[in-house]
Amino acid sequence: MLTFTLRRLLLALPTLLFISLIIFLLVDLAPGSPMSEIPLTVPPEVRQKMIEALGADQPVFVRYILWLRQFFWVEPATLIDGWFGLNLAGNEQRILSWQSRSPVFTVIGQRIPQTLTVIGTAYLLGIAIAIPIGIYSAYRQYSFFDQLGTLVAMIGFSVPTFFSGTLFIIIFAVWLHWFPTKYDTTLLVTDWPSFVLQLKQMAMPVMVLALANAAAISRYMRSSMLENMGQDYVRTARAKGMTERVVVLKHVLRNSLIPVVTVIALGIPSIFGGAIITENLFGVNGIGAALIGAIHANDLPMVQTLAFIFAVLIVVFNLIADVLYGLLDPRIRYE
Amino acid sequence: MNLKSALLGAVCAFAMAPAAFAERGTDGEVKLTFPQAVSIMNPYLSSGTKDIFAASMVVEPLAGYDDTGALIAKLVSEIPSVENGGISEDLTSITWKLLPGLLWGDGSPVTAADVVFTGQYCMDPAGGCAQLSKFEGIKSIEAVDDATVKITFNAPKPNPFTAFVGSTSPVLQKAQFAACMGAAAPTCTDPNSMPLGTGPFKVTGFTVNDTVSMEANANYRDATKPAFASAVIKGGGDAEGSARAVMSTGEFDYAWNTQIAPDSQAAMAAEGKGVFVVAFGTLVERLEMNMTDPSADLPEGERATVKHPHPFLTDINVRKALSMAIDRQTLTEVGYGAGGAPTCNIVPAPALYASDNTGCLTQDIEGAKALLEAAGWVDTNGDGIREKDGKNLSILYQSTVNPIRQDFQALIKDWWAEIGVETELKAIDPSVFFGGDAGSPDTFQKFYADVEMYANNFDGTDPEAYLTQYKCDKAPSPENQWQGENMNRFCDPAYDAMIAELSGTRDEAKRAELAKKLNDMVTKDSSIVVPLVHRGTLSAHSNALGGVKINAWDSELWNVADWFRVK
Repeated sequence: MLTFTLRRLLLALPTLLFISLIIFLLVDLAPGSPMSEIPLTVPPEVRQKMIEALGADQPVFVRYILWLRQFFWVEPATLIDGWFGLNLAGNEQRILSWQSRSPVFTVIGQRIPQTLTVIGTAYLLGIAIAIPIGIYSAYRQYSFFDQLGTLVAMIGFSVPTFFSGTLFIIIFAVWLHWFPTKYDTTLLVTDWPSFVLQLKQMAMPVMVLALANAAAISRYMRSSMLENMGQDYVRTARAKGMTERVVVLKHVLRNSLIPVVTVIALGIPSIFGGAIITENLFGVNGIGAALIGAIHANDLPMVQTLAFIFAVLIVVFNLIADVLYGLLDPRIRYE
Repeated sequence: MNLKSALLGAVCAFAMAPAAFAERGTDGEVKLTFPQAVSIMNPYLSSGTKDIFAASMVVEPLAGYDDTGALIAKLVSEIPSVENGGISEDLTSITWKLLPGLLWGDGSPVTAADVVFTGQYCMDPAGGCAQLSKFEGIKSIEAVDDATVKITFNAPKPNPFTAFVGSTSPVLQKAQFAACMGAAAPTCTDPNSMPLGTGPFKVTGFTVNDTVSMEANANYRDATKPAFASAVIKGGGDAEGSARAVMSTGEFDYAWNTQIAPDSQAAMAAEGKGVFVVAFGTLVERLEMNMTDPSADLPEGERATVKHPHPFLTDINVRKALSMAIDRQTLTEVGYGAGGAPTCNIVPAPALYASDNTGCLTQDIEGAKALLEAAGWVDTNGDGIREKDGKNLSILYQSTVNPIRQDFQALIKDWWAEIGVETELKAIDPSVFFGGDAGSPDTFQKFYADVEMYANNFDGTDPEAYLTQYKCDKAPSPENQWQGENMNRFCDPAYDAMIAELSGTRDEAKRAELAKKLNDMVTKDSSIVVPLVHRGTLSAHSNALGGVKINAWDSELWNVADWFRVK
């Protein structure tokens, strides 16, 4: 198990380096300029000066090496300095956003908590809804409940979040006045009323995302359950005189969860990325909204860093899913 | 004093009462929302309107513009003029006198040294100052004494109200920014996001690209203002969402830049919770006609340059017919609703400088056909496209990717088809079109098309610099790395001569007359530029917010100190 994990870890490093190069080049070679957003009343000489001040006029490979150094050395060193009060990073230049001129990682640090609370809650809620639905739909295949579950899942699958989000805003905010349309990021949860406010402002984005997540996971759960229900060991368990409850929830569920756990782990990076539209729609200042804003403003350092962080997350969670699979299913361990 | 005057006095006193009772911080919180979130609070490092407007609540210039476009004193006792001795007779210097007892948000006094420092800060060549053009032609900025600043120019300057005038050029505190000069400017994250100012509000919290929290500035020069104790600007989302938050759900008091589809405007306004207000500045959506041949058959370096005149757009009758075929009223209704007005001018405002040119407002398809016919452009082969000397009237018409612009393109293409002109449409990503990359064929400067559409405006109230853009030597070409604002490659010695006359004229009425003539020369007389719609900025405020006076000449939030809660 250990060698398996180590081997996967070692393989991840060159993968990440390669991804970083691709992302850097892709974003860099895309047409557009960070100065295109500024009004035409600003004269070209001033534009040129601004570009030079950003460092955007340097050759691409110089910026790539500099960015790698900043990403893998300066930023971690600054983080460690912040924890232990050291001075490893010294006065090294950090990765600065072209838009706000503040360090990219400070911005990301400010935004991760919002993404985790709102989008993370939605994911957990989605899982909590999807698994029971999947189990029951499979156990009573083609029943009314199963058909209804299929219908809801299909809606969740096929309706894009920008549509369901706007629909929810019109129903719950404009007509019913239940929830606010804009997420207040300055709200501090200190007592019961502020907690209620927090729940209210989280309600709509969480509902939208939970619907989309639950749809996918419940289908996986259902098909995995169905596959196991017909297996010989289930007949054996029934023949031994076990109750349906034990057969379904202990024997079948355990075995059916293996692929579903992998799907859930692999879906985690999408928590960060897939919620871009929802975050933007409800004004949740998570990292997805940061990515959209940075793309609009051609803020290359921000886009490159965020895209690379998404890549890291995908690789890491792939790794976790692999290891989990090995843990759950002894047959797969490559000793 | 008789009874009558005593009574009158009493009545006056009652009328004044609400103002007298007004007190700082009694009206709670004012909530603003911007569809683009605020990135930085230092206008010298950003030219984004969102950042400049947000910063205008905190940092202030010496003088600004009111809602009519007139100069108003902010941090100074009066607006300098030649008459009051503030501007030297030879127009080479301007002297500003600071208000006595002026304090920064932290309680320290504002001195002339702060103003001098701000000038040095922006003019530092390594700083990448976004407002450098405001400081153009300045020889020196010096502190005569603690309360007097003298700015000397290299040459006589008819309009000396550039540096420290308007929200793009506020005064920064020397003590806070002293370590942020030159190359260090962008790394000063804290001062850049929480600058100290003299304005009615003080930044208390700043989340990049999300929220700015502010509280009333205890040291603001008017002890009774602002009426609000705190203010918050929440950014992000889109124009539709911002408008909804004010007009439908009432979560916010003010939304800037709520340019949404005309039918949504009407639906939201009908709910009666708030109103849309429009700031009509100088922004004009226009068609620019290419006077040079953009044909791809020409070698690179000669394409779209003055070496090769355009095959048919050089014929004034063709340009005129193209303009006559357009129904500007319909375009305005389809694209902008209340946020736009049809126009025939490239200088549509201020009123003093706007020409009374309205001839283009009525569409005249028949007239356009007749004009082309008379000029010899006839459809001889029956394919619906007019031609002359083997040249087809077929146009490549480019613009940026934007739903309204694509609607405009489709409508105009139809009208042009009616008069026998074939049109091919092209939409380019705005960041490429406006990006100015000399290596890209799709920039608006290269203009590898026959007609292009975009919007442009000028800063402040004086159109001189803007009209100068159509001088011969401002044409983008390979020699100047495709820099320049004369996209049309228009060249008329009479125009250039009149520009020279304008820059030497001081008398305002005479300047206005010249500006109008120049405007007419490129629009009405030649149809080099075909203005379409005078665009305003649509904002929304709730009925519970009072004191809003929309302003197109300065920050929309220019009088935020006077805003109050309607009870």
